[in-house]
Amino acid sequence: MLQLKGIYKVFHEGTPDEKIALQNIHLTLRKGDFVTVIGSNGAGKSTLMNLISGVLFPDEGTIWIDGQDVTMMPEYVRSRYIGRVFQDPMAGTAPNMTIEENLAMAYTRNQKRTLRRGVTKKRRDDFREVLSTLHLGLENRLQAKVGLLSGGERQALSLLMATFTEPAILLLDEHTAALDPARAELITNLTKEIVERYRLTTLMVTHNMQQAIDLGNRLIMMDKGQIIFEVDENEKKSLTVEKLLAEFQRIRGEQLVSDRAVLS
Amino acid sequence: MLTAMTGAVESGLIYALMALGVYLSFRILDFPDLTVDGSFVTGAAVAATLIVNGANPFVATCLALFVGFAAGCMTGLLHTAGKVNPLLSGILMMIALYSINLRIMGRSNVPLLNQKTVFTTIQEWGTKIGLDSAAAKTWGILLSMTLLALLFKWFTDWFLQTEIGLAIRATGDNPRMIRSLSANTNLLIVLGLGLSNAMVAFSGALVAQYGAFADVGMGIGMIIIGLASVIIGEAVFGTKTIARATLAVIGGAIIYRIVVSLALRVQFLETGDVKLITACIVILALVVPQMVRQQKEKKRKEEKRRNRAQVMAVAATGKGEADVAVKRDL
Repeated sequence: MLQLKGIYKVFHEGTPDEKIALQNIHLTLRKGDFVTVIGSNGAGKSTLMNLISGVLFPDEGTIWIDGQDVTMMPEYVRSRYIGRVFQDPMAGTAPNMTIEENLAMAYTRNQKRTLRRGVTKKRRDDFREVLSTLHLGLENRLQAKVGLLSGGERQALSLLMATFTEPAILLLDEHTAALDPARAELITNLTKEIVERYRLTTLMVTHNMQQAIDLGNRLIMMDKGQIIFEVDENEKKSLTVEKLLAEFQRIRGEQLVSDRAVLS
Repeated sequence: MLTAMTGAVESGLIYALMALGVYLSFRILDFPDLTVDGSFVTGAAVAATLIVNGANPFVATCLALFVGFAAGCMTGLLHTAGKVNPLLSGILMMIALYSINLRIMGRSNVPLLNQKTVFTTIQEWGTKIGLDSAAAKTWGILLSMTLLALLFKWFTDWFLQTEIGLAIRATGDNPRMIRSLSANTNLLIVLGLGLSNAMVAFSGALVAQYGAFADVGMGIGMIIIGLASVIIGEAVFGTKTIARATLAVIGGAIIYRIVVSLALRVQFLETGDVKLITACIVILALVVPQMVRQQKEKKRKEEKRRNRAQVMAVAATGKGEADVAVKRDL
């Protein structure tokens, strides 16, 4: 479904600021896989997401989606196959447009946009139906501007917009990190529900170890631009935060107090 | 006075098309497009030159629309493909168009007196159905320009509700989001600026025929006039929906013309002061609402503080309610 092979990415190459963001990344997601990604700041998680979504392009290596080589495909073409939710709740929706208009734009993501009306009566009914699955009452506020919604509501809407067209890949970039604990839990539950409902192939970056363990069927840990540790489906069932931290220390062989603080 | 007013409304309606173009770039795309100063004249130059050379005025006016579209697309390409800052790409196009406009006209001024224009044709139609010449002119222009302004308003409303229109609005509102929903924002910016400048050039073509001349300097400050119309309209009529906002822009353009024509009746102001007046109107429209809001907020807080103080005073005196009453009576 999603395959990365020998990915390298270097920023500011040939200057004193040179930073190897990713080196020799190999990763394969089968259809329906839900992989959580953890790692400290600067480990290369966001760069990985940006390479998959086409915001950045790798220096070396290839990326396939559904058997198609998308390594150099521009972001706006690739995003037909990729649904994304960002960390910033404001980033995934257009604040000055109504809820139904936002949904209409998501609805047309995998078609050619034409001069047909964006929000038709039939679509409105569909939107009402999918919105009701959020249990936030947004289905009664179709004509409200999205800017009037709270951060949690906007993130829930972003999640719905990223997923309800059933994209081949779903990328979640710390999408609960900017929310208060209650809202974060709501979004986490919604994520679980939606990913299961559509059986989406998902890659989720998180800073929250417990969340990384609770969600998904696989887990990878990144550090300094490399995947240092992979947990498969069977091992993940018995995984705990302590085991993860122990594993991390064993591999890196160093006492990483700061990392413990960041990760837990 | 009445003729001055009808004149103001007439030209307000013609300039409203330009203001709609500015609304499209400034408000919808969030792109401060200064091309307008040039493309307005380009529209006028194309139409005037064609008319002088014997072309049908309607065809000439429509051609101006397409040339304006091309000019807007160039600005868009400068910004998207060339990665030039929005303001700068507009200014560059504006300067380039100045020379192009001179080339189109062949000189700095093309008079259209005694030429067959859109407006003389409309006047002819009016006299044919039995109106006298002056009435035919006034009513003909008023009616046809109202219809035209409404047509453009309707087109803008419709377009901004289509799938492509929604994507253009999102490009101005949250480009990152609409890119993640597989929209080519570069293409949408080029298209949006093209449409915007097409409207501006169309308006320029009509203004040239209305005033019976095209001049290379007639576009100076046009962007500010457009902006003034948009801001005034929004302040007076509101922006709740797209349909409301576009109507507001047309209304704003008419109000602007009326204000200018009233201002020019003041003894010490001359025709040359129009740009200064415009600048002042825009500044006022930008600053006054803010100050009013601040003042209101201040008043609200003072009121609250006073109420609280009163409550505290009552509480402090305890049974001294009578005292408070006495104090109030005094």
